[in-house]
Amino acid sequence: MIFEKVRDIIVEQLGVDAEEVTLDSKFIDDLGADSLDIVELIMALEEEFDMEIPDEDAEKISTVGDVVEYIKAHSKE
Amino acid sequence: MELEGRTALVTGASRGIGRAIAVYLAELGAQVAVNYSSSEQRAIEVVEAIKEKGGRAIAVKADVSNLQEVEAMFEKVLNEFGDLHILVNNAGITRDALLIRMKQEDWDAVLDTNLKGVYNCSKAAAKIMIKKRRGKIINISSVVGVAGNAGQSNYAAAKAGVIGFSKAIARELAPRNIQVNVVAPGFIETDMTAALPESIRQEMLKQIPLGRYGDPMDVAYVVGFLASDKSQYITGQVIHVDGGMIM
Repeated sequence: MIFEKVRDIIVEQLGVDAEEVTLDSKFIDDLGADSLDIVELIMALEEEFDMEIPDEDAEKISTVGDVVEYIKAHSKE
Repeated sequence: MELEGRTALVTGASRGIGRAIAVYLAELGAQVAVNYSSSEQRAIEVVEAIKEKGGRAIAVKADVSNLQEVEAMFEKVLNEFGDLHILVNNAGITRDALLIRMKQEDWDAVLDTNLKGVYNCSKAAAKIMIKKRRGKIINISSVVGVAGNAGQSNYAAAKAGVIGFSKAIARELAPRNIQVNVVAPGFIETDMTAALPESIRQEMLKQIPLGRYGDPMDVAYVVGFLASDKSQYITGQVIHVDGGMIM
């Protein structure tokens, strides 16, 4: 469920196809994101899941799986 | 009209150059948020002047150096207009003194309003513009930020800072189709320059090749161009509106 929501946000933000987005996908290497894309993505995730992702945590995120794990651990939902 | 359907926020728009910019952007068709910090009555007059000409405007209070007030202002603008296409960072103050007599509070006040204020507002605007993949940020610097001026080390530092800041974010935001430019006015007839002693005003005049002071509209016309689609391929530039003082 979280994965699907995250995937939808990634598809919208990065303009990639849903099939390309797997838990192992790396944002920069596989999905073609640049640093500003990542910042935007974090902002969109914060909005969607009503949470704050501190910069030091955001820096550790490199794959879609990292995001899903992070949200599972920190989301209020 | 060139800015039909666009929304603009002009800081420090209750008088002087900011007022001229707000009124002109409205004439070009934009809906304008007129920011002020203390001159509420004058800001309302600007809003009325815009409405008289058939435009749409609101007055929004915020001290641009205060992040909370800036965030509240952007929220109000979005609630009212639904979007933001153009930000003009114009708010500025002076606390002139020769360096050895300059108090730290004078330094801090000018840097807070004239430089941190630009950071606060640009950051809030960029968050909106990045999502929309378009936007115009126009920062008002000064000839003093380029050439310096005795008695204005704080003002010169802040205004030079605005130029460096603008070039940095012009690069950051270029991939999102957001253009960031600087307008550097020279000596424009406003309350700020009217406060100068006549002897200094005469001395200044000698440094202006065109031999006269500028009018706030001289600045507003350039801002109008930079806010429009006609300047889509211009970013990171400093446009001098100073009668030729800087060449």
